[in-house]
Amino acid sequence: MLKNTPKIKLRGLFKIFGADDKSVLPHVQNGMSKEELLEKHKHVLGLQSIDVNMQAGEITVVMGLSGSGKSTLIRHLNRLIEPTSGEIVVDGEDVTQLSQADLRTLRQEKMSMVFQKFALLPHRTVQQNAAMSLDVRGMDKETQDTEARKWLERVGLGGYEDHYPSQLSGGMQQRVGIARALTANTDIMLMDEAFSALDPLIRTDMQDLLLELQLELKKTIIFITHDLDEALKLADHLVILKDGAVVQQGEPQGILLNPADPYIEDFVSDINRARVLRIRSITNPLKSKKFAGDVEADDNLESLIALSEGDTALTYRVMSDGEPIGELNMRDLVKALVPRISSTQAA
Amino acid sequence: MATYDWFFNALGLRDWCDAGTSEAPMSMADLLAETGNAVEEPFYAIPFPSLDALNKACGQITQTRDIVKGLEEGFLAIRPALRTILDPITQPLSWMLDGTLYLFTQTPWFLIMAMLLLVTWYATRSVSVMLFNAFCLSFFAFVDHFEPAMETLAVILVCTVISAIFGIPIGIAMSKSNRLQRMVIPVLDLLQTLPTFVYLIPLIFLFPIGESRLYGIAITLYAIVPIIRLTDLGIRLVDQDVIEAGNAFGMNARQKLSKVELPLALPNIMAGLNQTIMMSLAMVVIASMVTAPGLGVLVLRGIRNLELGVGLMAGICIVLLAVMLDRTSKAALSRIDRAKSKTS
Repeated sequence: MLKNTPKIKLRGLFKIFGADDKSVLPHVQNGMSKEELLEKHKHVLGLQSIDVNMQAGEITVVMGLSGSGKSTLIRHLNRLIEPTSGEIVVDGEDVTQLSQADLRTLRQEKMSMVFQKFALLPHRTVQQNAAMSLDVRGMDKETQDTEARKWLERVGLGGYEDHYPSQLSGGMQQRVGIARALTANTDIMLMDEAFSALDPLIRTDMQDLLLELQLELKKTIIFITHDLDEALKLADHLVILKDGAVVQQGEPQGILLNPADPYIEDFVSDINRARVLRIRSITNPLKSKKFAGDVEADDNLESLIALSEGDTALTYRVMSDGEPIGELNMRDLVKALVPRISSTQAA
Repeated sequence: MATYDWFFNALGLRDWCDAGTSEAPMSMADLLAETGNAVEEPFYAIPFPSLDALNKACGQITQTRDIVKGLEEGFLAIRPALRTILDPITQPLSWMLDGTLYLFTQTPWFLIMAMLLLVTWYATRSVSVMLFNAFCLSFFAFVDHFEPAMETLAVILVCTVISAIFGIPIGIAMSKSNRLQRMVIPVLDLLQTLPTFVYLIPLIFLFPIGESRLYGIAITLYAIVPIIRLTDLGIRLVDQDVIEAGNAFGMNARQKLSKVELPLALPNIMAGLNQTIMMSLAMVVIASMVTAPGLGVLVLRGIRNLELGVGLMAGICIVLLAVMLDRTSKAALSRIDRAKSKTS
């Protein structure tokens, strides 16, 4: 993928909650911990020294447990929360410097948002909800209707236009939430734990829907989640937060194979690695002559285990776009399934 | 010998006190004492050091009646200034009340009944409420209380509208500013706890008796409280997530208010309106003492002349009117709630 200037750049972002955040900032910059800050100065550390680049057309997933500051982070991008210090550069423009009017324009035209609790207007129909962003911008009724209808159709809610949100199930309500964000027709979509309130099967459906839409629309999506499976499924770029700081960021397969510290090792140890890891990530250079067969580089390990029927003696040729790019021995595959060994192996 | 002489003697103020012994007319109690049959008071009858008791010991101390007089004079002194300000502001209220009263009493009964039932239907869409209202209105007419009932209704209508016009914006402003809320809430508490008769007193001084704004203001002051409170509460209770969504999509303050906050607070605001209507009704009966027309006048006549039957009949009509207003406004409220969460 072409790495141009990132669409969104966060530089040295700090957020401290409290009455006098600016004055305690130096303490935090000098390395005071969250607990110490709370005890000595009664301020809560939200984010510390965040540097993240978010590329255009990619899904950047910010993952962390509750209280890690991930929801705070996403709210900085459209300044629903004011940073204590740092830069938030979107398309070369520092969001922190914008006036209130410019900020509203940015929120209307550049960023749309999907919420964990849907946050639909209960007194408006599904169609009016989907058209909300256009209504805010003062577009004419006709454009609102056609756009809203188009995107509702696209997220699979055709025929529900005149229902009210309370008549829909949680999954359908979140589809309305997504349609509302898509109708805004912005480059950037912020998704704050968008699927966390849904039950597992619906959640998988919604993830698939998002990936399918992304294939076509190529939006810059910032996705917040506490669920590692979800993060690994969606992420082009994964950022892991802990106590308001970035612990590790990068390509998700890389993080899985090379966790930077024990915290992340713990995190990734519960994952079904066979399903998440791609063959590409553990492919070795071509050496052998004889192969048991060809496999696609982007398939997950699970499919290869099924193909080999559990025979660890086999070696497969790994293909990408019809070209051989390497080989994979089933023994390496089995090693990659064990967290500790794989981390030393692939380093 | 007054009880508190020792106090002033001890302070060495005797001369000063005696210098100021007033020439004011004696009070009734003093007169009685002078007539000679003053009873020897028991030792425990020490008076509280009130102004009057201290005055007996020291002529320089003012008597309570002077303070009462001062209050009255002070009030009368600022009256012209207050009236120049209040007269033009409140004049429209008189016009509204007089106009509405004229409309409600001069329109033929069948027209006004039809109109009221039509309004009921539009507000509630409920057949049972409409039948009940039709029964009540017919009852008023049947026992020849239709006109006073309509007068009462007209006054309630005007006062409720005025309360809503002022109350909702005040409630909105309070919900936006904690400081304003802290300032307004004591005033609301005062208006609600003040015995209703107490507000009539200054109003009688401020406005000529016989002008309808006199009772209009009394009723509005009493009835405006719940709608202010519930508008404030309703807006503060609006789901923060939805407001955040409004912010995230770049709504300005006005859009947030009209598209998010007010619609979501509507059930609470309507509950406030219901309370305001009921309190207007309570006050319109009391305000009959200051010339408010309607059923209250009959109740007052019942009390004053011990005409038990007149008072009771008017009371029954007031109860029916109250139930009618309550049912209608509650049915309208539940219709809004239903519309909000359309489940059918």
